[in-house]
Amino acid sequence: MTDRGTWVDQALREHEEHARQAGRPAGAGTDREQQVLDRIDRARKRRPRVREERITMSHGSGGKATRTLVEAVFLDAFRNALLEPLEDAAQLHLNGSRVALTTDSYVVSPLFFPGGDIGDLAVNGTVNDLAVSGATPLYLSAGFILEEGFPVADLTRITGSMKAAAEVAGVQVVTGDTKVVQKGKADGCYINTAGIGVVEHDVSLGVANAQPGDAVIVSGPIGEHGVTIMLARGELDIEADITSDTAPLNGLIAELLSAAPGVRALRDATRGGVATILNEVATAAGAGVLVSEDAIPVSPVVRGASELLGIDPMYVACEGRLVAVVAGDQAEAALAALHASPLGAGAAVIGQITDDHPGIVLLRTAFGGTRIVDLLVGDPLPRIC
Amino acid sequence: MRFVDEFRDADKAHALAAKIAELCEPGRQYKLMEVCGGHTHTIYKHGLEDYLPESVTLVHGPGCPVCVIPMGRVDDAMHLAAQPDTIMTSFGDMMRVPGSQGSFFDAKAAGTDIRMVYSPLDSLKIARRNPDKRVVFMAIGMETTTPSTAMTVLRAAAEGLDNFSIFCNHVTIIPAIKAILDSPDLRLDGFIGPGHVSTVIGCRPYEFIARDYGKPVVVAGFEPLDILQSIYMLMVQLAEGRSEVENQYTRVVPWDGNLAALKAINQVMELRPYFEWRGLGFISHSAMRVRPEYARFDAEMLFDVPGVRVADPKACQCGEVLKGVLKPWECKVFGTACTPETPIGTCMVSPEGACAAYYNFGRMNRRRVDVSIS
Amino acid sequence: MCLGIPGEVIEFLPDQSDLARVDVSGVKRVINIGLLADDPPEPGEWVLIHVGFALSKIDEAEAAAALQFLEGIGQAYADELEALQASQIE
Repeated sequence: MTDRGTWVDQALREHEEHARQAGRPAGAGTDREQQVLDRIDRARKRRPRVREERITMSHGSGGKATRTLVEAVFLDAFRNALLEPLEDAAQLHLNGSRVALTTDSYVVSPLFFPGGDIGDLAVNGTVNDLAVSGATPLYLSAGFILEEGFPVADLTRITGSMKAAAEVAGVQVVTGDTKVVQKGKADGCYINTAGIGVVEHDVSLGVANAQPGDAVIVSGPIGEHGVTIMLARGELDIEADITSDTAPLNGLIAELLSAAPGVRALRDATRGGVATILNEVATAAGAGVLVSEDAIPVSPVVRGASELLGIDPMYVACEGRLVAVVAGDQAEAALAALHASPLGAGAAVIGQITDDHPGIVLLRTAFGGTRIVDLLVGDPLPRIC
Repeated sequence: MRFVDEFRDADKAHALAAKIAELCEPGRQYKLMEVCGGHTHTIYKHGLEDYLPESVTLVHGPGCPVCVIPMGRVDDAMHLAAQPDTIMTSFGDMMRVPGSQGSFFDAKAAGTDIRMVYSPLDSLKIARRNPDKRVVFMAIGMETTTPSTAMTVLRAAAEGLDNFSIFCNHVTIIPAIKAILDSPDLRLDGFIGPGHVSTVIGCRPYEFIARDYGKPVVVAGFEPLDILQSIYMLMVQLAEGRSEVENQYTRVVPWDGNLAALKAINQVMELRPYFEWRGLGFISHSAMRVRPEYARFDAEMLFDVPGVRVADPKACQCGEVLKGVLKPWECKVFGTACTPETPIGTCMVSPEGACAAYYNFGRMNRRRVDVSIS
Repeated sequence: MCLGIPGEVIEFLPDQSDLARVDVSGVKRVINIGLLADDPPEPGEWVLIHVGFALSKIDEAEAAAALQFLEGIGQAYADELEALQASQIE
């Protein structure tokens, strides 16, 4: 299965080596605990390797396994300066213009859910990836993989949604592709959209830009898309009044960037939720992120469903929420700009960037204690977008 | 959220923490064991240890039913899942537990039909909807969960289902606590008693701990204030030299437990003569199996289960962590070879395992909350 | 695994005496109340839910008593803090 034997042995050898270097055997006290924690930090920074022989659902969850797969397989194969930042969109220079390029595939199940359908996600998701890169989204491609037997009426419904979403976002679908696979594959309909946009603003956004003193802002209540999908699957016999938050954020972002030029980074919180983004910021910037549980907006329904199922809303997908890292002195202006728009009505400052505990995301609980918010292992809610 | 939010109030936490600090005798160290995995999880999730004085240490015990399943039983379950025309159903926490050939999660990736369920009743639903398949429910959990499995079997019997069975790995908490108490390498001052197990078994079963071993027990709820209050109640007993069983979780736990639940368990299941607990070895009368009258719902009767005992990997120190002898970070492979993504043992793989809780939530410099008044 | 959360009973299911619909913070779910057959809950009462079953009723009086104890401690603490502040001013 995996070469568990060899890397267990290696870890043991490392431990012995470390103990020898430290010059003393296992002793008591926090010093030794700190040594262990340092050793773990070093282990976490090691070159990523995919240990599994087969792809598992974890690889699609947006958490640790996804990141390892991307770094160890895709980045390794395609490595170049444009890919390495691994941001939501690549920043290209074409004949003097700055152009952003992104792609996303949509495999959500069920296809239709309260608040939207796979078509809405396919347009809004890609528009948002461009918008958080500082680009004005312009054109999309749309590739469809359809299952034999899929009702044409459903396809028309989906393209109708895409048309409406494109209009709201101000983009056009200018090229596409269609493939059909046998019954049993593609689960009805999979869609891939790629998008390009022009970066007009004089901003350079990137999670690596975050600095101590910056504020972390979220544009509204979290976890709504994920919980909607979970309930829409109908396996859990749970009823609740909740809809997906899928929405195009380019308008909101344009307002934000005008009002607060000190925005360092923007991300849209999809798979893996807000927690995943916070970790990406901490890692890329080599800084600490400290957020306050009290400050994170969560609707009562999302809280209730999460408690019922034992999941943490911080890891639940959104499809119309952004996380912004903003220079501390511009946090007020940023918040005001967000509040001025319906999509940003619930925006809040949830925390800040610190120089304490670099690379780690800490949460001050409502209770007053502190704990780590790490990347997700495994996948509580598969096929969420 | 009602009955939840009120018990997460930071101000009250400060007050309780101050009281706990006051009760600490100078120069004395206090070691309190919390037995229940749910408590371990809450403590770390809310950063509760930040409120405790240096002299009070919480030790995490073997109350995580996922953590104590030996590798051999996981292998047996994987064998069941691999049978033709069989659907294995399991709680989420079991999906990543490693046997010697990998976990449910790995098997699922390789094509085995294993489905995650939130309730044994979901498993029953799958059985109804798939009459041509045999559906097996991986039944794990302590007394909190055992009645639900029992009720599900009774339901299956009432409906005359012939394609549903359980692979019974339910364990009971008392023998494990006794094993801890009898363990020579451990010194404990008191116990934070499992809250939800007690809704079923009541508080009486813990009386032997206070009476025969002289250790106070406080049955605790799961919100952070419940646990802090329970610690406070233990410290009061210790300061007053008492050792009694007290119930902090009175809003949910009846002193006599839930008779209907105990009856259901008793109707469907009986105690095994002995059962292996990972890290603790064989403990007599510590686990349940299906009674002969319900053999048609017993996966071990319907299928041929290998039943091979598998020793833990040499590097694994889960046993010592489960007994509270080692802290998670003291395990040789903690955080390097053994991480939540690449777990060697169950303490790391179960979200309630002490190692997973520490790695995911607590792995950083302790930031003590200042509760001092003087 | 010990995951048990409080929910309010809304109604019983008409044709199935051991099933009830509960509300958890606006989320509704049908659960089995067979384990409370000796003293079934009424709509409006709260129960502890675990893996789709109600394990126990939540005693509102006891919950109130627990909170009162905590309030008491909280008040005493607040009083002491105040006293300390006051004495520091001098």
